[in-house]
Amino acid sequence: MSQNELKKTPLNAVHRALGGKMVDFGGWEMPVQYPAGVIEEHLATRTRAGLFDVSHMGEIWAEGPGALDFINFLTTNDVRKLVDGQAQYSVLCNDKGGAVDDLLVYRFDNERFLLVVNAATTDKDWSWISGHLAGNSGVKLRNASAEFCQIAIQGPRAVEILQSLADTKLSDIKYYHFETGKAAGVECIISRTGYTGEDGFELYASPEFAEQLWNSLTEAGKSFDILPCGLAARNTLRLESAMSLYGHELSDEISPLEANLGWIVKLDKGDFIGRPVLADQKLTGLKRRIAGFEMREPGIARDGFDVYAGEEKIGYVTSGSPAPFLKKNIGLALLQADFANPGTEIKIDVRGKRIGAEIVPIPFYKRKK
Amino acid sequence: MPNIPENLRYSKDHEWVEVNGDIATIGITDYAQSSLGDVVYVDLPRAGDKFDAHEAFGSVESVKAVSEVFTPVGGQVTEVNEGLNDAPETVNTDPYGSAWFIKLKMDNPGEADGLLSAEEYEEYLSSME
Repeated sequence: MSQNELKKTPLNAVHRALGGKMVDFGGWEMPVQYPAGVIEEHLATRTRAGLFDVSHMGEIWAEGPGALDFINFLTTNDVRKLVDGQAQYSVLCNDKGGAVDDLLVYRFDNERFLLVVNAATTDKDWSWISGHLAGNSGVKLRNASAEFCQIAIQGPRAVEILQSLADTKLSDIKYYHFETGKAAGVECIISRTGYTGEDGFELYASPEFAEQLWNSLTEAGKSFDILPCGLAARNTLRLESAMSLYGHELSDEISPLEANLGWIVKLDKGDFIGRPVLADQKLTGLKRRIAGFEMREPGIARDGFDVYAGEEKIGYVTSGSPAPFLKKNIGLALLQADFANPGTEIKIDVRGKRIGAEIVPIPFYKRKK
Repeated sequence: MPNIPENLRYSKDHEWVEVNGDIATIGITDYAQSSLGDVVYVDLPRAGDKFDAHEAFGSVESVKAVSEVFTPVGGQVTEVNEGLNDAPETVNTDPYGSAWFIKLKMDNPGEADGLLSAEEYEEYLSSME
């Protein structure tokens, strides 16, 4: 696919002007990092604030009297528990208990829901979800991904920076809740969610206001030394927080229970796609699970490297990288369940050399309250 | 514009060589460190290891990526820069100075003459655009 065929977010010109190194991410041209570099961007988010263009994510409206039950059947979390203005993290499962995608479900009211899905899987998710409509006249679906831009501001100073631009009292918006309001004069969904492990907000707005929103946040964040952050920092931040990345810790073959997401799998809510397999996994015990590890010898584990206990191959690395804030080399691995307990010593095949590591509790990083 | 010191020789794999008699000091260029981003780890061989020209003798890692490093000339490693273990980031800040990777005793001291001059390397970089 040539560079010209890559999809561009409304902030593409802004990224280029900032010196962003543009790469192909799931068919989108996105900045992997800016001149400050991934380590500085990561540290800025942990200690001050970082600004992220996440407009490539997908948005699907599900509306009508049948929408609630429909979404509840397609996802693992309990949609009935949501109140107006609340969001939940959830998983779309296939009938083998594997994950089609992870997503956020936003409830605007009992007949109006917004599903926010990953960029690389938007088309797949749209086909999956709409394919399950089967003449259900109580649900109207619309793929509204092109109708939104999305910007995340994350970090200990993020709320303060956004408050200077927002017409609503942000301290009234609890974690995983949202409001519609104005930020920098732009009508937005202001959502207290994020993918970094820090406090902050994700803002959804009409794409023609993307630059205005981004520039206003940059200006307001100047005295706090806010930095624009690319996909590399987005990945190291979520990894330190042990958050799943679809395609790595979750996939068509990896179930949410194996990915330690049992807390969003509500087996007792009633039937949903994948429930029988997940219930069975819970009953008989998991054969494999995602575990966190830290390197104990010099070397960096990368995605796909094999993991050993003694001479036995026990799994593979799903995500591996240096951790810029913790200053360690860490990773997540899908391992035979017996070896997934903290304290277990493992070896990781790093390009032919077996390097020592240890299973540790996750998350690796947790922000101070 | 990347820095390209006049007194060094260069390879198309973006390594530089400083020749002193039959000893070659080898590192990676400013262009290479800039492409890599923040260097977090350098994997080096041991003194005594032997390599042919164009053979990989180690690797340099950034947060995102791993890159092998090749020796432009054949020889035996006499010294390894242990300092890079504690401070890999010097590859970004001082690629031609304190961030040298290895010194090796060349099998064929004349081999370095076949490498690119600073001007030729600069032309090569421009042609890559």
